[in-house]
Amino acid sequence: MDQFLQLIVAGLATGAIYALAAIGFTLVWQTSQTINFAQGEFVMLPAILVLVGTHAGLPVWAAFAVASIAFVLLFGFGFKRFLVEPMQRHGVLPLAIATMALSVLVKEAAKNGFSAEAQPFPSLVPDGMLSLWGAALSARDLAIVVVAVVAIVGLQLFITRTRTGRTMQATAQNPTVARILGIPVERMILLTFLINAVLALVASYLVSPVYLAKFSNGESIGLAAFIAAIVGGFNQIRGALAGGFLIGLIDNLTAAYVSSAYRTAVPLVVLVVVILVKPEGLLGRKEERTV
Amino acid sequence: MTIRTLTAAALAATALTASLAATGGTALAADPVKLIDVIELSGPGAPAGTNWKNGVDLAVSEINAKGGILGRPIAVTHYDSQTNPGATRAAVQRAVDEDAYVVLGPIFSGPISASMQITQRAAVPQIVGGEASAFTKQGNPYIFRTSLNQADAMPKLANYLRDEVKAKSVAVVWVNNDFGKGGRDSMIPELQKRGIQVAADIPTESGQADFAADAIKVKNANADAIFVYLNEEESARFLRSARQQGIAKPIVGETTLLGAKVIELAGEAANGVKGHVGLLVDAPKPGFAVFGKKYRDTYGFTSDHNGIKGYTAVYTVKTITERVGKFDREAFAKTLHGARIDVAQEPGILIDTKWLENGDVDRESFLVEVTDGKPVVKATLPMINP
Repeated sequence: MDQFLQLIVAGLATGAIYALAAIGFTLVWQTSQTINFAQGEFVMLPAILVLVGTHAGLPVWAAFAVASIAFVLLFGFGFKRFLVEPMQRHGVLPLAIATMALSVLVKEAAKNGFSAEAQPFPSLVPDGMLSLWGAALSARDLAIVVVAVVAIVGLQLFITRTRTGRTMQATAQNPTVARILGIPVERMILLTFLINAVLALVASYLVSPVYLAKFSNGESIGLAAFIAAIVGGFNQIRGALAGGFLIGLIDNLTAAYVSSAYRTAVPLVVLVVVILVKPEGLLGRKEERTV
Repeated sequence: MTIRTLTAAALAATALTASLAATGGTALAADPVKLIDVIELSGPGAPAGTNWKNGVDLAVSEINAKGGILGRPIAVTHYDSQTNPGATRAAVQRAVDEDAYVVLGPIFSGPISASMQITQRAAVPQIVGGEASAFTKQGNPYIFRTSLNQADAMPKLANYLRDEVKAKSVAVVWVNNDFGKGGRDSMIPELQKRGIQVAADIPTESGQADFAADAIKVKNANADAIFVYLNEEESARFLRSARQQGIAKPIVGETTLLGAKVIELAGEAANGVKGHVGLLVDAPKPGFAVFGKKYRDTYGFTSDHNGIKGYTAVYTVKTITERVGKFDREAFAKTLHGARIDVAQEPGILIDTKWLENGDVDRESFLVEVTDGKPVVKATLPMINP
């Protein structure tokens, strides 16, 4: 029972990272009706930028600050302004391909411009054990779950309880009508991309102390988050959240009770089952389009 | 032109051709000797490959500064194997096509097994960094190690677990590739022979990032000690996860687990790790200290065992070629089988080393414990077949 509880907490911690990245897929889908295939690299890069800063001689706090600002500007504002906007008018497919190109570019730039090797990354959460229901649980795992849940709940409250959040929702649902109603659609879309960048940033800082900072980290995180977003429901933030936690749990339980060799395969099986049984995702909303 | 002039020219051409043939038919005396290094510069093996490459470059620059090998400078080319068997095969084939005198690398055992037939067919000696026992069992006369065969290292480690750690049960964590499976298959019988129970047998994947589930399984196996046999980055990730899950039992490993890169990546989580190490810059051998300082001064970080392997691989090429007296690949391979190079003869070899008939090496090794982020040698173990 102790082991099961420990695995559940570890699975939720893994799932929290997937959820943060999966929400990014959802946000970009809602605003630009495309899939950001560079989402995994968005999670990989902030940690690398922090290390670039510390290697350049900045104190750790300053490196975090500079990297965070630079990342949000480049991959929030810059991503929208210089990649999504010019490509969107050519359709969904060219934009999706452009994000694939961005993924390769970011990964190779991190590899060749910084290092092909993994690097240690400073932890924002101390190691330690907490006793809960008789089981010794990792304080860091619990902290990751708490930070991610606070970030996600905060986002959900912002979207549902504030005026800005509701206008963002309106923009996502129907930008044409939102524009007619006087909503600053472009500003709302930009805000969405900035939020995506911040969530990726949080995921990066939480996961890199354990996974180590490496150019290739985005591959596995991006794939898991993509599966999580589809399983949960691509058009719903709560779907991405549920999908993230579910895939994290499945991932860890598979590794413990089946084999590490199948930890990436079992979520894919779940994905296939969900697509066959409930194509809109576990918590997704059915969408219909006029052709 | 007279008949006499033509005859003289023909004789001169014949003499030139004969002299070329005497030097191996490939080059003039001052032409560089080509070493091609097929090594892991990206993928999971990048930490190991980077150390190896730096060691190779350091040795090449030293040897060239002293006049090269038999008067010829070394020209080394590095090809990235990407830690991928397919890419390694392509790079080794390219090395053979480009007429490499000796192929250096790779380190990962899977890519070695996938590519060594290419050098064997072309009769080109290949000096590799792998530890898996399988590839020197295949009767390939052109494959040579720079590190101990894991099958030779595991009995030493099993004795250590029984005699020093006093373990009655051990959890075994291994990476599911040729290296890890070879280590696991060598270790488990050695543990059983000594009456040590295997409390958990946990395979993990190469390149795996998340070790939380594995660490939890290890913790709940409640073994007296944990034997970890993973590659560099995975070792560090496992150690971090083990610490995160509050594992307090002794963690024991072989060479890789106690490498400088693993200690750097794992940080405080590496403290207390113990094990057996084949090569270590901190080992009590004067040559290691000299090499370690040169390496640190040149590259700004401490070499792990792979840096030493790359460095000594080049000095092996130099010493054996000088013994042969010419650049002859077949004679090189024949001479290296059964050869012994002592530091007294060639300081660049760093530690007295003997090659067995199958290409394995034999040398002294060390029992080590990580204390305050540094590997501390606790004992020196003798050669198996001195």
